[in-house]
Amino acid sequence: MDKQVQDAIICNKCRIPLTLGKVTLSYLGSDFPVELYKCPQCSLVFIPEELAKGKMDQVEKALEDK
Amino acid sequence: MEQKVLREAEKKCVQEELPGCSASCPVHVDARGIVAAVRKGDCKVGVQLLHNMVPFPRIISRICDQLCHGQCKRQEIDESIGINGLEQYCIDNSDEVFLKMAQLPSRDKKVAIIGGGLSGLTAAVELGKKGYTIVIFEATDRLGGNIWEYSVNRLPRQNIVDDFALLKKLPITINFNAPVGNENYSTLSLNNLCATFDAVYLAIGCANLISVHLGLVCDEKGDIEIDAVTRVTSNPKVFAGGSLILGVDHKSIITSISHGKRAANSMDRLLQNASLTGSRENEGSFATLLYTNVDGVEPQVRTQSADPDAGYTAEEALEEANRCLLCECLECVKVCEYLAHFRGYPRRYVREVYNNLSIVMGIHHANKMINACNLCGLCEQVCPGNLNMGEICREARHLMVGRGKMPPAVHDFALRDMLFSNSKTFVLSKHQPGFTTSSAVFFPGCQLSASSPQHVNKMYQFLREKITGGVGLILGCCGVPADWAGQENLFKETLYNIKESWHKLGAPRVITGCPTCYSVFKREFPEMVVESIWTLLDRIGLPDQIEENIAPLRLAVHDTCTTRHETKLQQSIRSILHKLGHHVEELKNSHEITTCCGYGGLMQFANKEIANKVINKRIAESHHDYLTYCAMCRDNFANQGKRTYHLLDLIFKIEGQDLAGQKGPGYSERQENRARLKTTLLKEVWGETVDKEETNIALMIPEHVRNLMEERMILKADVAKVIVHGESTGNKFKNTEKDTYIAYFKPISVTYWVEYSLQADGFVVHNSYSHRLEIKG
Repeated sequence: MDKQVQDAIICNKCRIPLTLGKVTLSYLGSDFPVELYKCPQCSLVFIPEELAKGKMDQVEKALEDK
Repeated sequence: MEQKVLREAEKKCVQEELPGCSASCPVHVDARGIVAAVRKGDCKVGVQLLHNMVPFPRIISRICDQLCHGQCKRQEIDESIGINGLEQYCIDNSDEVFLKMAQLPSRDKKVAIIGGGLSGLTAAVELGKKGYTIVIFEATDRLGGNIWEYSVNRLPRQNIVDDFALLKKLPITINFNAPVGNENYSTLSLNNLCATFDAVYLAIGCANLISVHLGLVCDEKGDIEIDAVTRVTSNPKVFAGGSLILGVDHKSIITSISHGKRAANSMDRLLQNASLTGSRENEGSFATLLYTNVDGVEPQVRTQSADPDAGYTAEEALEEANRCLLCECLECVKVCEYLAHFRGYPRRYVREVYNNLSIVMGIHHANKMINACNLCGLCEQVCPGNLNMGEICREARHLMVGRGKMPPAVHDFALRDMLFSNSKTFVLSKHQPGFTTSSAVFFPGCQLSASSPQHVNKMYQFLREKITGGVGLILGCCGVPADWAGQENLFKETLYNIKESWHKLGAPRVITGCPTCYSVFKREFPEMVVESIWTLLDRIGLPDQIEENIAPLRLAVHDTCTTRHETKLQQSIRSILHKLGHHVEELKNSHEITTCCGYGGLMQFANKEIANKVINKRIAESHHDYLTYCAMCRDNFANQGKRTYHLLDLIFKIEGQDLAGQKGPGYSERQENRARLKTTLLKEVWGETVDKEETNIALMIPEHVRNLMEERMILKADVAKVIVHGESTGNKFKNTEKDTYIAYFKPISVTYWVEYSLQADGFVVHNSYSHRLEIKG
């Protein structure tokens, strides 16, 4: 996916490719600093399907049972 | 949940009660475990299980009087299980009988055992293991009492020798030819022994008792008076048991052993200054509370060994072991896929729920189990103790919501769907046009309106024609999803709003289209006169049938779980089917023991896997088409490929349509159907024009994406919001290879992502997914 993001996905507004950058995700009062692709100019964050349905889903479920 | 409530609920589940064999056995040998060991071919385990309860397994396996037969469930069918034969098989087929035995350090107390029969020897072993110094006084020159009366075939002497070898490992001194009595010829007097020893167990058998004169209080028959539980005599240091107490006509080897164990327990308590009577329930034989269903068990007589002296061969032992029912209850687990899924039974589950609620920090492992229950109450119907797991789970959900510990993802979608149904898009409350009062009001419910809006329209028309005095209409959801989700406040608020609408219409009698709404109103509004459309239709007659010659169908009726106790309602369904000319097939689980369709308790949102198991089990029960009278039941069965009619499908037939074979509408379509029903009724019935929706963008969604959205519980409305957001703000990504756009939007708590492309007349949706983790930037 990373390769695909780098090659294919661009920020439509700024017309530039995405780069990895620091992003904070948060759920049920917990914050997670992570590295995700985002627009280096306007900071719009991109979350690919694999991440949403994989790791993020696992983290959500784990936090919900705490 | 209070501990007291937990304990009371736990007690109702009998699964952990001893099986009849162990309960009848005065020392509670795990006969069921021995049978299981034989089945596995593990004789050593069988021997150890016997030895756990009796100190002399080689002897007992030969001559036990088998009180276990008394409550063996097999007796209700044919003959009790030959446990003793299986015990003997285990002993004879263990190469080396190594018996595990724990021994405690020695103590500074001495106990005299008078009589070296099995009862006295049992007490000696029990107390010896605890470290007491034991002295046995035996009147003859050998131990064992009357066991020597058995033939060598029945009781090989080597078994005695091997079992008694145990005595040498313990701090036990044996005095032979040492009769005790307060007579002149006795070498030892009981009074003297009482002065020398800290406790005395009297087990001298049943010979010549009267001549011994022990100086203990006896009843009028001359029998020594003892306490049945503690075995203490009139002398607080002296305990008695065995044949001495049982009498010559009631001798029982295993009971004598039990007396020895119980007296040893009492003496240990006495010597430690503990209560002799505390916590001694269920010592000795008792009637078990365990329920075991023996329906359908085939009769099979007890296996006889070809050579009685040699005992069972391996084949014979296995055959006999296989006769055993391995008694257990599990009545609820047998009928409920949810209870079966977690591999336990309610007694264990109730404890897990309680522990889950007690956790302050850490993982709540039982959340999944608590939220998966469909709250249908079938368990209560089949449980011999009437335990209702649904009530426990519902209560637990309330508490979880109250403490902010309910995982938000579990019920969020269903609750938002409910809020949709109670928003202005669907909610409506009106008198019949031309009327300022209502003699009745029709409440079709949110799911019938979502599944079959056309039936709601027709039904309302029929009611207006048939009922005089004006039939009002209330559209909305009865609030049951909130109740099932443990959202007490939301449920109360919903009920309050319904009540307000009802009162504004003059509080007329309510006619419900959905059995669940019916049950909610009946339970929550005692002042409301409520009737289901089914009893009403049965009473006032059906709409005129257009077709004269309808093909009679053979239909298996699936009763709705929320109205399992509504006998009249259930009868009306059968009666209507007969009037329509159809044949009724009764499913095995129907009426008060009907099953849930997988929707109850919001099961299908909390745990789709179990919900699908529930649905698939139900639809496999008959090859006939099913007939339901709840829209959710119909759609759940039809969605899994079972041909299912809703009763209204048969009343309001649509020419040329196979309604039983049609899948139910998806989540988005259900909401659209509700919204459209409202606007259609307003237009057609009340002649009101309705404003068009503001944000109406054209979406083209290929079938595979629609299925994906359905599975991920993403609505078309949410997808539209994302695209509108992406297009209006310009905040979107472009996939330059596929020439598609990707945007996201978080309307409330879930962030939705949509990959789409532009077309001249709208947007094509290529993919959609969601997450709950919030992007903080």
